[in-house]
Amino acid sequence: MPKSFSDLLREARAQVPEVSPAEVDLLLDGPAAPVLVDVREASEWEQGHIDGAVHVAKSYLEQGIESDVPDRSRPVVLYCAGGIRSLFAAQTLSQMGYESVSSMSGGFQQWKAQGYRWTTPPSLSPDQRQRYSRHLLIPEVGLNGQARLLDSKALIIGAGGLGSPAALYLAAAGVGTIGIVDFDVVDMSNLQRQVIHSTARVGQKKTESARATIEGLNPDVTVVPHEEMLVAANVERIIAGYDVILDGTDTFETRYIVNDAAVAAGIPVIHASVFRFEGQLTTFIPYEGPCYRCLYPTPPPPELAPGCSVAGVLGVVPGILGLLQANEALKVLLGIGNTLAGRLLLFDALEAEFTELKLRRDPNCPVCSDAAVQARAEGRPLTVDGVNVEAPFLMTMTGLAGKVSPEARA
Amino acid sequence: MSTVFIPAVLRANVGGVKSLDLPGDSIRAVVGALVEQHPSLGPQLLTDDGDLNRFVNVYVNGQDVRFLAGLDTPVAPADEVRLLPAMAGG
Repeated sequence: MPKSFSDLLREARAQVPEVSPAEVDLLLDGPAAPVLVDVREASEWEQGHIDGAVHVAKSYLEQGIESDVPDRSRPVVLYCAGGIRSLFAAQTLSQMGYESVSSMSGGFQQWKAQGYRWTTPPSLSPDQRQRYSRHLLIPEVGLNGQARLLDSKALIIGAGGLGSPAALYLAAAGVGTIGIVDFDVVDMSNLQRQVIHSTARVGQKKTESARATIEGLNPDVTVVPHEEMLVAANVERIIAGYDVILDGTDTFETRYIVNDAAVAAGIPVIHASVFRFEGQLTTFIPYEGPCYRCLYPTPPPPELAPGCSVAGVLGVVPGILGLLQANEALKVLLGIGNTLAGRLLLFDALEAEFTELKLRRDPNCPVCSDAAVQARAEGRPLTVDGVNVEAPFLMTMTGLAGKVSPEARA
Repeated sequence: MSTVFIPAVLRANVGGVKSLDLPGDSIRAVVGALVEQHPSLGPQLLTDDGDLNRFVNVYVNGQDVRFLAGLDTPVAPADEVRLLPAMAGG
């Protein structure tokens, strides 16, 4: 015998426990807070929702709930606008094996009317919804994550082999501000790997060439060109305000300067370097994991560390490492996943092999140890190799073989 | 015998091979055997006093020997020893 709406509703009410907005408010602040699932349509969610709720529209409930609430033993409270749709949705979740499902009576309307806290989700334009639709579909990114990326600032040091792919993908991902530090111009020999530039732009400033490509790819991104050589005297000014730094430079001087200043400023650095068929990658999170000086206390002599212009490099190697840098940067910006902090990833293109090494903070590190932090706070930063440098960071350009030669660059 | 992986930048010193099997029950002994076979590596890996150069990291089974026992870190027969200098290229 066919059932009417009121038959179905009566059955649902008999099966599904209901909780009032006041009870939900208490539960959310309690020790075993339930997952609060908003089952309304996207257009309703966008007008405002309960703080901390996840959104799985009733029309996508069966498909979507398992990725948002994988643990079926976790208590779930569903709500809709008025408390009807959430009753039916709760029946579905019970059928799917969710052990403790209830429905909030009166729905979001009652919640709001009784003065409980709610929030409006960040808004994206229709174009942005389309552009980032594949991000919006991933629960770990979603609307909030995308809004966070659009608000983020990433600094890419070197628009070269590593910086090119990293900049392209961060721009495509909608990282709202991308700073690019490079004082060089595009050379024909760059184009074998520096894919953000083009043949037509040989001779142009790399920062301008990169900006043109990024603006063509994604108008949401503001490119900040820093057309200068990064040195101890300007590093603090250049890195100020950025959320993450991608180090794709080609000299040890710059790498140490970036490290020292970034540790002092508390900014994570995604580090990568390449040589012929090999690359190294890690993420330095100040004071949580090791820094560059914990890993390499001293730069090697030039003959042991030739740059790409001397030794050569297979173009895809910085391509792969640069993309892994972008991946690390996105995780840092979104606060998801596990970064490479404390791990050094080695890549060997000839073997198609990744190797992982464990890194540790050096308790005697002249930059990130407790003693170094205190010394900086007291205005007398430690020095390295007897090189006296200006506060607040250290600098040394001396390896055991002295200054890094210009040939070692690039 | 433990397997010692040679980074690309040092391979010219060892006839171009990627790894070598070397005897020794400590990093000191293994590096000593390596330098004995390939003397040109000596100044790259060791200081005049016989310590490890600070710009070359040495890992045993993925762990930096600087945080173990340095040159005295024990090495078992099946262990993987990896020499790793910093690289700057970008």
